Amino acid sequence: MYNETTHDGEGAHSDHDHHGPAKGLMRWVTTTNHKDIGTLYLWLSFTMLLYGGSMAMVIRLELFQPGLQWVEPHFFNQMTTMHGLVMVFGAIMPAFVGLANWLIPMMIGAPDMALPRMNNWSFWILPFAFTMLASTTLMESGAPAFGWTFYAPLSTTFAPDSTDFFIFAVHLMGISSVMGAINVIATILNMRAPGMTLMKMPLFVWTWLITAYLLIAVMPVLAGAVTMMLTDRHFGTSFFDAAGGGDPVMFQHIFWFFGHPEVYIMILPAFGVISAIIPTFARKPLFGYSSMVYATASIAILSFMVWAHHMFTTGMPVAGELYFMYATILISVPTGVKVFNWVTTMWKGSMTFETPMLWALGFIVMFTIGGLSGLMLGVAPVDTQYHDTYFVVAHFHYVLVTGALYSIIAAFYYWVPKWTGHMYDERLGKIHFWWSTIAVNVLFFPQHFLGLAGMPRRIPDYSLQFAEFNMISSIGGFAFGLAQVFFLYIVIKTIKGGEKATDRVWEGATGLEFEHLSSPPPYHSFNEAPPVK
Amino acid sequence: MNKSALKLAIIPLLMFGFGFALVPLYDVFCDITGLNGKTGRVEASEINADLVDRSRTIEVRFLANTNTGLPWSFEPLVKKMQVHPGQVYEAVYRVRSASDNKTMGQAVPSVSPGLAAQHFNKTECFCFTQQELEGRETRDMPIQFIVDTDISADIEQITLSYTFFSVDQG
Repeated sequence: MYNETTHDGEGAHSDHDHHGPAKGLMRWVTTTNHKDIGTLYLWLSFTMLLYGGSMAMVIRLELFQPGLQWVEPHFFNQMTTMHGLVMVFGAIMPAFVGLANWLIPMMIGAPDMALPRMNNWSFWILPFAFTMLASTTLMESGAPAFGWTFYAPLSTTFAPDSTDFFIFAVHLMGISSVMGAINVIATILNMRAPGMTLMKMPLFVWTWLITAYLLIAVMPVLAGAVTMMLTDRHFGTSFFDAAGGGDPVMFQHIFWFFGHPEVYIMILPAFGVISAIIPTFARKPLFGYSSMVYATASIAILSFMVWAHHMFTTGMPVAGELYFMYATILISVPTGVKVFNWVTTMWKGSMTFETPMLWALGFIVMFTIGGLSGLMLGVAPVDTQYHDTYFVVAHFHYVLVTGALYSIIAAFYYWVPKWTGHMYDERLGKIHFWWSTIAVNVLFFPQHFLGLAGMPRRIPDYSLQFAEFNMISSIGGFAFGLAQVFFLYIVIKTIKGGEKATDRVWEGATGLEFEHLSSPPPYHSFNEAPPVK
Repeated sequence: MNKSALKLAIIPLLMFGFGFALVPLYDVFCDITGLNGKTGRVEASEINADLVDRSRTIEVRFLANTNTGLPWSFEPLVKKMQVHPGQVYEAVYRVRSASDNKTMGQAVPSVSPGLAAQHFNKTECFCFTQQELEGRETRDMPIQFIVDTDISADIEQITLSYTFFSVDQG
């Protein structure tokens, strides 16, 4: 389809090749260009990372010492809730959508996303959603304080008035994600350059295609769950109210039916990023390309069948616990295939350790640590001990911070020379990596011990025996937070200037964006489809 | 291209519906498996009096709770009872309203262990309908129940718990 239009319009639209962006603020408001929208998404994500991160600093400050020093318990609850919501829906998800916008058209040889105007809309409802969510902090009732998982009846019967703003914000984020996902699927299925068969697509495109299907399947279920909350709160229904024949445990089932695929939405594109970076710096093609595709697809399918492993302590019968335990542990097989393939790609490769490679290696090592603690949590009998402790906090921060966030930062360093035409400062990039990696382990590793010793999550105070590890963890937290402010400086410095990047950028880089486009790429790239080998 | 986008848009619409379809599916699932402590209901005419299993005795314990927002005191007159499977028994709960005004409540039962729930049937229960109490009224509320003869041999004790929730008279 794409091919026909370009051939028809070749003569009439040739002046578009030199057509640059509009000037001023309205460029960003009205843009339908995939690169502009990608940039907007990435900046929104960075803003949310610093906003959510500042709330994490409040949490770590309060937990620096036992007792209550800085904030009220109710405010502490608002901080844990908003930190989770902002990081999941504001920092990680928009960052991957931003990467998808920037990279997918360039990787498959398309001129833009399939639905550029809808693309503009999917981005621009997000700032409104997050303004609405953030505004609850200033309300009399305070922000939502029931945890990012908003279990009923805490989020229905006992919730603050600001919960309605939260519900509407989640609706908007869901609409944005679904529109973005439809756009990604339509682009990948319709706009590939001739010769770019599905099994020749870069893995980042593959992982995003599968992620997009997960998004359109589960974001509406989340929308359904918050709609039920809304009608329970105001319109006399009793979905989650036992008095009217409803069931609060059912909320958890519906939530985690969304929530478990959601965690793969946040990690599958990361697998795609790592699968692009490792071959470049190992100077070898990716080992086991097709097994990577099948592994991604099996992880996505399995993710719909394991949700109740978040609920082992709700009083499930043994048969249910066993099923969800085995299904959960089964996911480690395709995930293991991926880690194996990355390691094998590096085997006997001519490796160099530029900043993107460091972040990618950090990802592999520390994501695997998070995966292993995930296996421990997946075992039903021991989960009874770990449930709702800091062990869970350590686990999901290893997979989301040193997993998802590390891959996003790796992607930034890997593609930013392509995007801006400027190399980042290699020395600063390496300092950023080692600073962050030491800090993040000081921050999260002791939390495993705290959890095993029984420290519950989401509580502003703790027993005295937890004091040392909490203080160490807080120091790591402040250092990690500061490292990301340093990252902001590196980002701005790179955009403003720097050594000129070559078109290939990296010696071992492959893919249409490196082989056929200049650095920076033209505003409209691939008006004519590139040849695909 | 727009056509494929519209086709794709059907998936989220269906999944939004599926989110709500999970509600009845959840109830059906709990009903079939007897999970979640939801008790059964049988008509008195369906009970065959010859099928009483006098060789087995099961202890049934009664619990009563009132949820916040309902100014009632609520307790069973008998705390526990020894029963034979297959026979109909009656237990009485006493409810006393501490309010000066008319109040309405709904009792929700729960049986533990959960796997006993589907074998614990009631022929009559105050939990079948909403109960209305005049100001300062005291009332005795009976239930009639029967434990199935095919209940698992492992179960020697059943706890029946009622919680009265306030019903808004909006």
